[in-house]
Amino acid sequence: MNVVEASGLGKRYGRTWALRDCTLKIPAGHVTALVGPNGAGKSTLLNLAVGLSAASAGAVTVLGGRRSGSPAALDGIAFVAQDTPLYKNLRVADMIYITRSLNRRFDQPYARARLAELGIPPKRKAGKLSGGQQAQLALTLALARRPRLLVLDEPVAMLDPIARHDFMATVLAAATADGVSVLLSSHVLTELERVASYLILLSRGQVRLAGQVDDLLAAHGQPSLEELAMTYLRENVPEVTR
Amino acid sequence: MTARTMPARPEQNDARLRPVPWRRMTGVTWRQHRFALIGVAVLLGALAVYLWIAGVPLHNAYDSAVACHPASSDACQALDNALDGMDNFLSNGYILQVLPAAIGAFVGAPLLAREMETGTFRYAWTQGFGRRRWAVAKLALLAVTVTAAAGAFGALLTWYYAPFVGNQSLGLPRTTPLTPTMFDLRGLGFPAWTLAAFAIGALAGMLIRRVVPAIAATLVVYVGLVFAAAGFLRVHYLTPLLASNYAAVPDNAWIVSQWWTKGGRVAFGNYPPPSILNLCPPPSPGAGKGGSAAEGWGPCLIQHGYTMWTSYQPATRFWPFQWIEGGWLLVLSALLIAATVWLVQRRAA
Repeated sequence: MNVVEASGLGKRYGRTWALRDCTLKIPAGHVTALVGPNGAGKSTLLNLAVGLSAASAGAVTVLGGRRSGSPAALDGIAFVAQDTPLYKNLRVADMIYITRSLNRRFDQPYARARLAELGIPPKRKAGKLSGGQQAQLALTLALARRPRLLVLDEPVAMLDPIARHDFMATVLAAATADGVSVLLSSHVLTELERVASYLILLSRGQVRLAGQVDDLLAAHGQPSLEELAMTYLRENVPEVTR
Repeated sequence: MTARTMPARPEQNDARLRPVPWRRMTGVTWRQHRFALIGVAVLLGALAVYLWIAGVPLHNAYDSAVACHPASSDACQALDNALDGMDNFLSNGYILQVLPAAIGAFVGAPLLAREMETGTFRYAWTQGFGRRRWAVAKLALLAVTVTAAAGAFGALLTWYYAPFVGNQSLGLPRTTPLTPTMFDLRGLGFPAWTLAAFAIGALAGMLIRRVVPAIAATLVVYVGLVFAAAGFLRVHYLTPLLASNYAAVPDNAWIVSQWWTKGGRVAFGNYPPPSILNLCPPPSPGAGKGGSAAEGWGPCLIQHGYTMWTSYQPATRFWPFQWIEGGWLLVLSALLIAATVWLVQRRAA
């Protein structure tokens, strides 16, 4: 099964194409890193995949052919948007209540236990938590929905190194222990080295490179994901792979 | 769940998927909007207590003044005077006009504007509930809640203001029940205008996507609509009645306009030009420049062959007018809310 499948996908804002002619297949069971410089179209692609925005061209399906944004797609995907938006004036317990109410599945014991582990008090208002705690809360709420695909948009951009490490550890645990497929965007390449097994490189609204990290490294003779991405972006090859 | 449990045809799976029940949105909506709703309840509750405390003696005084016979006796005059003295700062209905606008601005406008401004719509619209259903449920729940609260408060206002639009011969500053400052506070007016303000706020919030500008826009649009309704629309709900000279215009009618004719042609509007007024000089210098038509030049001009025409809406049309206005406000609100849902559905991230 492919967790995300796009063909000829494009998104235009006014006259500019934020994403153009994007065709890709992301197989299940991977932590997929979506990398590229700012403005490459990463958020646009993720928003299309989770059904927040509608395509200007082409189509995108998720979780084995479900139309993105359809009830079945929403049911199986948990999305943590950039800057991890939460209702800041609500208490942590209210955020749990709301997320549980808005979904068919919600693993309340997991959410409670995880937040206790993180030392996040249920009575605290979400807005009073540290940046790292807010990100962890948003991630916990997403994982408690027991999704098959977890989509994260720049999850660690605003976090300090320790919070980054903890956050990525939670993501990796979910991926390995529970078999959740993960799609995350980042322009911080070092964070992805440890976790990503599949890579999609975007620049200027187009897919430049897509495939399993090991295969790509071997094929291009690069020692690390970071080196590979940097080389590719510097060379700025206009070729579209796959 | 693993890939192996996936059915071959995802569409079948979609059809089998039971949606998240609608009723779950009540708790969600309450948690997110409890401060606004408690604020509305406290505001309306405090005013209701005041209206009750001020209204009971007012109604008692009114009832005794109406029941008193003969009206010209000293005892009855004293009761009239006592009633007159009970006039208070709410008497003219001006202050309470802000309530529907305030409810619309502070419950309706932030509803979606805050989600857009803080980015939480990215959270809300990607939950299993679905964004269109989420918007429909929230808007419907809050619309019904504020309209019901306004309806209850409106019933109290209808009762409170009854003496002010009642018997014209008594002490209080009497007015027609169709007067602009009272018509939309009584009967269906108050809940209907509150619902309209809420719907304007919700749409403004979704269009502007920022809380404070959305509140400001809501107030501006709402005030514009109130003035348009009171100044231009309401008078046309039913064709005004016509009366000639001083016959048959009930005391508590809403006078739409007055004009004078002679020989089938319009002679002048409310007040005669000097050339005509000279036909009927004031009886004594003490009467001032013109006096009122009824006392001075009016009957005199009628003797000279002029006819005074009055077009008016009788007070008995209060309820037909209430239904007409309540009806179009309800339709307008439903359209605005539908447009808001459509925008939520259409809006790209």
